[in-house]
Amino acid sequence: MGDSLFGIHGMALELRAQRLGVLTSNIANAATPGYKARDIDFSGALKAMTQGASVTQAIGSATQYRVPVMPALDGNTVEMSTEQTAFAENAIGYEATLNMLQDRVNTVNRALKGE
Amino acid sequence: MSSSNSQGPMTLFDASARAMSAQLVRMNAAASNLANAGTVASSAQGAYRALRPVFATVLDKTTGIASVKVQGVYQSGASPVQLHDPDNPLADANGDVWSSGVDENAEMIEMTEASRQYQNVVEALQTAKQLTLDTMRMKTS
Repeated sequence: MGDSLFGIHGMALELRAQRLGVLTSNIANAATPGYKARDIDFSGALKAMTQGASVTQAIGSATQYRVPVMPALDGNTVEMSTEQTAFAENAIGYEATLNMLQDRVNTVNRALKGE
Repeated sequence: MSSSNSQGPMTLFDASARAMSAQLVRMNAAASNLANAGTVASSAQGAYRALRPVFATVLDKTTGIASVKVQGVYQSGASPVQLHDPDNPLADANGDVWSSGVDENAEMIEMTEASRQYQNVVEALQTAKQLTLDTMRMKTS
């Protein structure tokens, strides 16, 4: 029921929230020696979820280490420009998905009320 | 640093708070180093050496969120500078004093970098907070 009501947007919101955590982790570890930045391939994870994978499975298979443009001497691969761009993109994606969900809820509400 | 929020899975807010406190330790260390730049001692052992915190990742396996902690604060390997200053009251029998091994430029860079990274975490925290609030209220567009 839940899946058919919210469609792809429920899964997308879950993945966006998970990716927000991963990107925040990267930003938090900008000065940790040896830390390897990670990211979730969003479209890959979403594709896996639409094919029936669970959130954990989808994220597990779509999480990859970031390939740094210029690795630091201490082994840290966090590059702020990359992380902040990805973070902004993900935040906007989250908000867009949230709006889609809200619209869906409004539509169902309107149908229920028979306005 | 502290493990005050060790119960339950780590949230974005826990991770940000830890990262901010770690960066604060870094800024305090840089401030201490700058404050002690140019201080002298009567022996090489007694001279001030720059303090440098080293961070380590704290991974919460249930949520996949990786935060950061201060693994330890270490003394820099930079050796104190021997100066000949017979008039100094701290001078030894040869008239030498040891000036603290602090590179002021390096400390300034450390301070700037720490404050920039602190700001980045604050911004990430603000965005995460706003998105969480939007989700709770399911804001009407």
